[in-house]
Amino acid sequence: MLLKKITLAAVSAAIGATALISVPAVAQEGGQYVPGTVYRSGPYAPGGIPWADGYGDYFAMLNERDGGIGGVPILYEECDTAYNNDKGVECYERMKNKGPTGASVFQPLSTGITYALLDRLRSDKIPMITSGLGRADATIGSVFPWVFTLPVTYWAGADAITQYIKAEEGGSLKGKKIALVYHDSAYGKEPIKTLEALAVKEGFQLDLFPVPHPGLEQKATWLKIGRQLRPDYVVMWGWGVMNSTAMKEAAAVGFPADKFIGVWWSGSEVDTVPAGDAAKGFKAAQFVLPGKDFPVLKDVRTHVYDKNKGMGKPEEIGSVIYNRGIAAAVLSAEGIKVAQDKYGKKPLTGEEIRWGIENIDLSPERLKELGLTGMINPVKVSCNDHEGGGDVIMTQWNGTGWDTVSDWIKPDRDGYLRAMYEESAMQYAKEKGIEPRDCSKE
Amino acid sequence: MDFLYNLLIDPLVQIFTYPIFALEVLIGGLLSGVMYSLVALGFVLIFKASGVFNFAQGAMVLFAALFFAGFIDTGLPWYIALLLTIGVMVLLAMTIERVVLRPLVNQPHIILFMATIGITYFLDGFGQTIWGSSVRVLDLGIPNNPMEFGGVLINQFDMVAAVVAGTLVAALAVFFQKTRVGRALRAVADDHQAALSVGIPLKTIWAIVWTVAGLVGLVAGIMWGAKLGVQFSLAMVALKALPVLILGGFTSIPGAIIGGLIIGAGEKLAEVFWAPAIGGGIEDWFAYMLALAFLLFRPQGLFGEKIIERV
Repeated sequence: MLLKKITLAAVSAAIGATALISVPAVAQEGGQYVPGTVYRSGPYAPGGIPWADGYGDYFAMLNERDGGIGGVPILYEECDTAYNNDKGVECYERMKNKGPTGASVFQPLSTGITYALLDRLRSDKIPMITSGLGRADATIGSVFPWVFTLPVTYWAGADAITQYIKAEEGGSLKGKKIALVYHDSAYGKEPIKTLEALAVKEGFQLDLFPVPHPGLEQKATWLKIGRQLRPDYVVMWGWGVMNSTAMKEAAAVGFPADKFIGVWWSGSEVDTVPAGDAAKGFKAAQFVLPGKDFPVLKDVRTHVYDKNKGMGKPEEIGSVIYNRGIAAAVLSAEGIKVAQDKYGKKPLTGEEIRWGIENIDLSPERLKELGLTGMINPVKVSCNDHEGGGDVIMTQWNGTGWDTVSDWIKPDRDGYLRAMYEESAMQYAKEKGIEPRDCSKE
Repeated sequence: MDFLYNLLIDPLVQIFTYPIFALEVLIGGLLSGVMYSLVALGFVLIFKASGVFNFAQGAMVLFAALFFAGFIDTGLPWYIALLLTIGVMVLLAMTIERVVLRPLVNQPHIILFMATIGITYFLDGFGQTIWGSSVRVLDLGIPNNPMEFGGVLINQFDMVAAVVAGTLVAALAVFFQKTRVGRALRAVADDHQAALSVGIPLKTIWAIVWTVAGLVGLVAGIMWGAKLGVQFSLAMVALKALPVLILGGFTSIPGAIIGGLIIGAGEKLAEVFWAPAIGGGIEDWFAYMLALAFLLFRPQGLFGEKIIERV
């Protein structure tokens, strides 16, 4: 077996196959083409792999169980971006016209790639879902008709984390110190604006600590935090090796793990397991809960893994990022299903699927039908709310798994967040010369 | 004016106001520097023996760590996994010598350098295809807890890494200075053709030096892998070693250690005390800036050999 792998590895390495790896697509005729811009290689692969497995497994399950969506088989194909913006654009260009009707919907799994594709989506008329990533102001669907930020944005995540800290501190953050340790990239900088607004509103001190990619070395950062600043809480917007390194360095300067809270991309098994004991007590915000017992996962096991068609290892099912990949695929599939209800059960164009995503209503009843009750909270998308009002929940690593330590938290979207989304989106519209749609007419 | 104060005066005020904290940062930086030196040593070995900058050293660190952690994950005891990994690194060195280096004997160094870039991509892809790209945990049982000495916080893991690096340097110094093979390696580095003419077997020497560099990569991979988990990012630790090499010189083993200490301490002190004046996150590029500043005064690096050629 190992010899076979070695031979295969030698051949694939020799032909430089690591840059772009495609999962063999189903036949190109008579189906709905769904591209998967994922990463299974590069420095961020440990986080990218379980998401890609979950995303692909869900479509495989739909094909096996239901013959696709509405009887239309899903033609799923992967392209490896290696979390690299130019490769992401290359994958997009390579896949956008594939299948009978072109690409249905992209999920780039990268804020950088999201930014790089914004203009192309508009001209190619292909929708994109940035589930728990991307640019937050794309929530304003009148300006960003092709981008969907459901179920939560980073701004909403920062608000929910702050709400949680406030509750932990007895309802006031006045005079408290919160440090933000962030990946020094478009992704990592996303929550700064929200946290700065909240610092003024709630009266806490915010200190910023950028960590250059990939975040292998953070000793100076953590000496400053743990030995000099001594904040009440540290919030982390990290990815990849940065997360486990931060957990270890925090422990090394004696910073308490239960006062250390990560965004969802900082809180998964691929971060906590390598950090060992240092991760015990670490908290993370989630918008999709981990867990192996959700009915949708039972279907994946029965219809995919029991037939040896799974993309990953069976033990990966139920982990944080795997479940997030499943939920992301549900959002894409639901958009296709809603569009089919209007346009007919046939392969649909990106434009038609865009309408479908804009009319997703994942009510409690629909979530139950899909086998997702408790994994994700209800989401309802509309023309001017592409985020759909998703909620956030806090989890804590106990050394072997995640405990839920809060109720679902509703970010303050009716207050300052909405105003921030609108202000930023209108600024973008002005810069790009976009005339916002009138959502009251849709 | 405020900017100049924050850049020039405030850091010094901070250092003298909080001397214990400054000492912690300094010691933390020195210990980080040792970890950089572990990677830098591999570069030095190959450059010293063949005059080639081995771009693949970072990939070799990842490759060795992947095999070691992978063998352990298959249920083998650590010592068997270590022996097998050593075997893999020896095999790798012999293959590189036979397939890549031998056909390039007497070619300009830039050609050999380009070949090492190819080796990098091959090793990155090959290692991950065999063992996958998921993170593998490598638990050496070294505690990560902080210890206080007179109010100064020191990380136990970093202390162990310093001892490992020190031992490695001592062993390499003896190997290069006191053994026939070591002297032969140095002769080959000076001139391939001259070495051949006095009967030094170039092919064997190259295989030996790549083996030794692979074993140094294994040690670095184990230490960094225990710190970060074994994953693709390990290949990028080479980026932390480059300023160490520039500063310490490409041909000096003690230079790799001293360079590591200076870079480690310099970047940590800069990040903690000077970075706030310019927005933070400076330690990566500051290391290169520090190394380049040294080059202005010693182009061959602190301990590099000064080459004088007749023209």
